[in-house]
Amino acid sequence: MGAKVVTVTSGKGGVGKTTATANLGVALARMNKKVVVIDADIGLRNLDVVMGLENRIVYDLVDVIEGRCKLRQAMIKHKLFPDLYLIPAAQTRDKTAVSPADMIQLADKLRPEVDFILIDSPAGIERGFRNAVAPADEVLIVTNPEVSAVRDADRIIGLLEAANRGPGRLILNRVKVDMIRKGEMLSADDVTDILAIKLIGIVPEDETVVPASNSGVPVTLNEHSRAGQAFRNIARRLNGENVPFMQLDDNGSFFQRLARLFGQ
Amino acid sequence: MQEQAFAIKGVRDGLLISLDATAAWGTVIAELAAHIDDKSSFFNGAQIIVDVGERPVPKYELSSLKALLERRGLTLWAVLSESSTTVDSAEALDLRTSVGGLVPEHSEHEDEMSIDPEEIGTPGVMIRRTLRSGRTVHSGGHVVVYGDVNPGAEIIAAGDVVVWGRLRGNVHAGAEGDEDAVVCALDMMPTQLRIAGYLVTSPPEKRRKPRPEVALVRDGQIVVEAW
Repeated sequence: MGAKVVTVTSGKGGVGKTTATANLGVALARMNKKVVVIDADIGLRNLDVVMGLENRIVYDLVDVIEGRCKLRQAMIKHKLFPDLYLIPAAQTRDKTAVSPADMIQLADKLRPEVDFILIDSPAGIERGFRNAVAPADEVLIVTNPEVSAVRDADRIIGLLEAANRGPGRLILNRVKVDMIRKGEMLSADDVTDILAIKLIGIVPEDETVVPASNSGVPVTLNEHSRAGQAFRNIARRLNGENVPFMQLDDNGSFFQRLARLFGQ
Repeated sequence: MQEQAFAIKGVRDGLLISLDATAAWGTVIAELAAHIDDKSSFFNGAQIIVDVGERPVPKYELSSLKALLERRGLTLWAVLSESSTTVDSAEALDLRTSVGGLVPEHSEHEDEMSIDPEEIGTPGVMIRRTLRSGRTVHSGGHVVVYGDVNPGAEIIAAGDVVVWGRLRGNVHAGAEGDEDAVVCALDMMPTQLRIAGYLVTSPPEKRRKPRPEVALVRDGQIVVEAW
């Protein structure tokens, strides 16, 4: 069985790509899937920090590609999940150290070994982005309910479509229900109205996310976190399960409508 | 005056000369030559289509007719005939044996132009997808988008722009100066809309009901009205 290669990208920085990648990796591993997460943000690595594996790095992605180590040696095993591995980015190099062909080759080497390969893309639309999406079977686009983030997501989807890799599915991250209710934030409807792609998950703003990332324990391991629950649901949808969308709003009207639109 | 052994009428592609199918070939050709010499200013440089009807014309006769016309500064361009001998002769001389939009019907004496049912139209490009941020379309003709035009996308057309969807990006119709160009969309909320040298922006978005609209230049400004 070959793995499914899923690239997480966004265009704009700071919308939660790395958080999403780490959480989806952990959530899939909890479902007893074999998972490799790859940090493709060379020069600005931080997936290792969010996953709490920073102090275990010996070799990195560029070492593998340039043949300084075996693939196995660069795969860092997670502390809690023996079937979850991280291939970290190099901190001292830049994006030109890797080509899209290198990434395809690497993914092909990993495919027979695992169930999922998650690639954390850097922000932007340049070489790093092209490296990250080159081997992808599916692309997840992360955006926030902000006009600038949605504009960049639209650009990314256009590039994916032009390269016949598109359209991908959308993770709407950091949604604040009370602000939407007051009309101060774009609703999921507003966002999908512009982007016109399928939603794979809506992640509510949650104060437990940042401290979890800082301590290297992704929030999805916290059973009481709403955001953690949202990521677990996305992982199940990625695995082909039919999971209804979460009820984010207590009085429900808006998200019920949403669930009817995108649900099941 | 005795009836002529040929009839001449103007058609879209030149002059159509229909030759009598029964009179002796030599006589017909001699009469035609005399007529052309007589009215040389009328025929000057014309492109000739000859319709010989059912008469089988061998290659050498057709060839001498071609030479006769060429000596008078005319080009024999096509030969129409129901006779396969004539058609073969014409093809051997590299002449066309049919003319678009002109059927060799024998009503030459009615002096009217043939009516071509084909509407020619003007060229453009069709985009069958949503234009997302950062995508651009440039066209020397019209642009039709079957999808949305998102903010950050741009269309520049010398002709009209038709959006079968939501128009929210930048659009410039009549970009080479045509003030008659129009922009149509099912939901007209462009970031910026230009026609020739005029420019408008959309008013800030209120919750409104989308409806098809058309933008055009009237009295020196762009107006938008129901489509």
